[in-house]
Amino acid sequence: MSERNRPPVYLDYQATTPCDPRVLEEMLPWFTEKFGNPGSVTHDYGRAAADAVERARAQLAALIGAEPREIVFTSGATESNNLAIKGAAQFHRPFGRDHVVALATEHKCVLESCVALERQGFRVTLLPVERSGLVDPARLEAALDERTVLVSVMAAHNEIGVLQPLAAVAALCRPRGILLHSDAAQAVGKIPLDVATLGLDLMSISGHKLYAPKGVGALYVRRRPRARIAPSIDGGGQERGLRSGTLPTPLCVGLGAAAAIAAAELDEEAERLLGLRRRLLANVMARLPDAMLNGDPERRLPGNLNFSFPGVPAPDLMAACPALALSSGSACTSAVLEPSYVLRALGVPDDLAAASIRIGLGRFSTPEEVDFAAETLASAVRRLREQGMTRAAAGAT
Amino acid sequence: MAATRSTYLDWNATAPLLPAVAEAMADAFRHCGNASSVHRWGRAARGAIEAARREVAVLAGVDEDEITFTGGGSEANQTALRGFPGRRVVVSALEHDSVRAGIAPGDIVPARPGGCIDLAALERMLAADPRPVLVSLMLANNETGAVQPVADAARIAHARGALLHTDAVQAAGRIALDRAALGADLITLSAHKIGGPQGVGALIASPDLPLVPLIAGGGQERGRRAGTENVVAIVGFGVAARAGRERIGDQDRIARLRDEAERRLVAMAPDARVFAAEAPRLANTLAIAMPGVPAATQVMALDLAGVMVSAGAACSSGKVRPSAVLAAMGVPLEIADCAIRISLGWSSGAADIDRLVEAWGALYARTRVKAA
Repeated sequence: MSERNRPPVYLDYQATTPCDPRVLEEMLPWFTEKFGNPGSVTHDYGRAAADAVERARAQLAALIGAEPREIVFTSGATESNNLAIKGAAQFHRPFGRDHVVALATEHKCVLESCVALERQGFRVTLLPVERSGLVDPARLEAALDERTVLVSVMAAHNEIGVLQPLAAVAALCRPRGILLHSDAAQAVGKIPLDVATLGLDLMSISGHKLYAPKGVGALYVRRRPRARIAPSIDGGGQERGLRSGTLPTPLCVGLGAAAAIAAAELDEEAERLLGLRRRLLANVMARLPDAMLNGDPERRLPGNLNFSFPGVPAPDLMAACPALALSSGSACTSAVLEPSYVLRALGVPDDLAAASIRIGLGRFSTPEEVDFAAETLASAVRRLREQGMTRAAAGAT
Repeated sequence: MAATRSTYLDWNATAPLLPAVAEAMADAFRHCGNASSVHRWGRAARGAIEAARREVAVLAGVDEDEITFTGGGSEANQTALRGFPGRRVVVSALEHDSVRAGIAPGDIVPARPGGCIDLAALERMLAADPRPVLVSLMLANNETGAVQPVADAARIAHARGALLHTDAVQAAGRIALDRAALGADLITLSAHKIGGPQGVGALIASPDLPLVPLIAGGGQERGRRAGTENVVAIVGFGVAARAGRERIGDQDRIARLRDEAERRLVAMAPDARVFAAEAPRLANTLAIAMPGVPAATQVMALDLAGVMVSAGAACSSGKVRPSAVLAAMGVPLEIADCAIRISLGWSSGAADIDRLVEAWGALYARTRVKAA
């Protein structure tokens, strides 16, 4: 049995998800025979593409309780986050609003957007979070002032999976006329999200975290009351002037199809993943009782776990588990193997942060994979610790 | 009601995916990793992206580390234009909306009636203002196909310490690109105009240029464009770039087809007006006006006959707007309103030209009888 030639078990669903075959199937004709530019209204090729894009827009809107007109297609969640944060700040600056609030644990692209605003003279408050990874609404309230234009709070965290209390945050923002943006790249289609109930003004959506392809995402922009933002890409005026550029019809179709699948299967899938997560957690804790779970144990994505194994550096552990596709944090920065700023913000000491592993479960994860992962991780951790002790003992003599 | 065989003559709006591109993309869909992930799937994605980067670099005659993949041509243009906050941005009157949008009239370089930029005006504008400048001049115009004197503009710009950006979205794969010969500091490319997929493009710029990213975040593309790389589309772009390079030779055949179309249309309609006819032109593009017949009417009549063309740029509004390009060339509004764009590509053939000529000729005859 050639164990070595088997592809590794994929446990990195927060980095990216495989394209669902059903999604791919819907997309394919739009690459080849139906290739029109959705902006070409003068002929059938263009009109068919435009219709397909609008269908996808409606599918995505339905998943999050929005109107189709409130969806702006983008090239991905990073672009959506940039557009929401910089766009809102720039639009409202002439009205005396120059202060932006975000959590210290936001995704890199939210933090970098804030840095860009700071360079332009905006004030930015990065709020600390609790040990659980959750924001304390009272602390957030204290950070708001009459010049705050926007608060950005991630719906579900990419590293530790925690789900922030968005409705509570919205209740603080709305009466003050402050826009609330949420990076929901990890949350959309994984947990029920309804923009109206939550009171969100702007919400970023990613295709490739939702079993749709890479290179497409969306920004929800509330219409009533209208969330006003400045465009970041000017041009042909596509997407109601908020985001110019030819829309990639097949990718939009893919995102729409993925949204429709998520809408139909979300409850069942979340339940199943929750079961797998609990099974994996119990399995790991039974074998490695000193393993530490980072982030709130309950208020987190069904498909996310983040462990620290004391004394076992993450790069060593990943190297010792070639049969598992794991990561030590967000993919954007996972090539840079330094302790996660997210875990630091939770107050996790550097040695434990450097020993943290993110496990992402998803649509195609199975109980067998989960059991195999627990076993593989546990034996690798034990082996590395023994080697470490041997080395330490050798060093002591 | 779709006609039995459709004649697609709107290649400047978008080109159908090349079969080889579709194949490569289908293959890439199977290793769907995040290119920044360290594990095997991540590394496969990274390798595929870098291979595509090499192909695009060769197409443009540049080094690989000058290529930044973006979400498309519009994003690449905006990245270039907004990337140098201290510089005044001066653009030609012929530019695509994604370059010209929001530019003050005083910063727009006028065009000449022949379809090319007025270089003397550019020189005057740069001389009159000591501020550092970024000049943007497209390599080939999307509506008329007129190839712009980018190398001359670059010399003028550089003599004044200005940078030069060129939107080569329409030129790529149709005329040879050589960054050194063009003298451009920044170049925009788009995949879907050369048989690659929609949703990916590239901005070419030396790594030494202090370009402020439009999309900040995870540091992908060496900090110039954050966001998980659109692996599958980038793979498609790479294959299309190689095909585009190899297909430059096909332009003679396409030029003959275009010239034949032009000759036959003008022979039928002596009052027809061809734009930028005297300028160096892309082989595939024909902008022509049938005086007295609104472009929308022509486009619809052709559409009913199964011939797809456009009335200028494929933009968002769904409305047929008067062409800013033709206006900049001094074409009177009543003629510009009657201009359509016919653009050919690698699968266009003589039968397509016959259908175009037949349908357009029939409309012309109808309207002239009515007028008489």
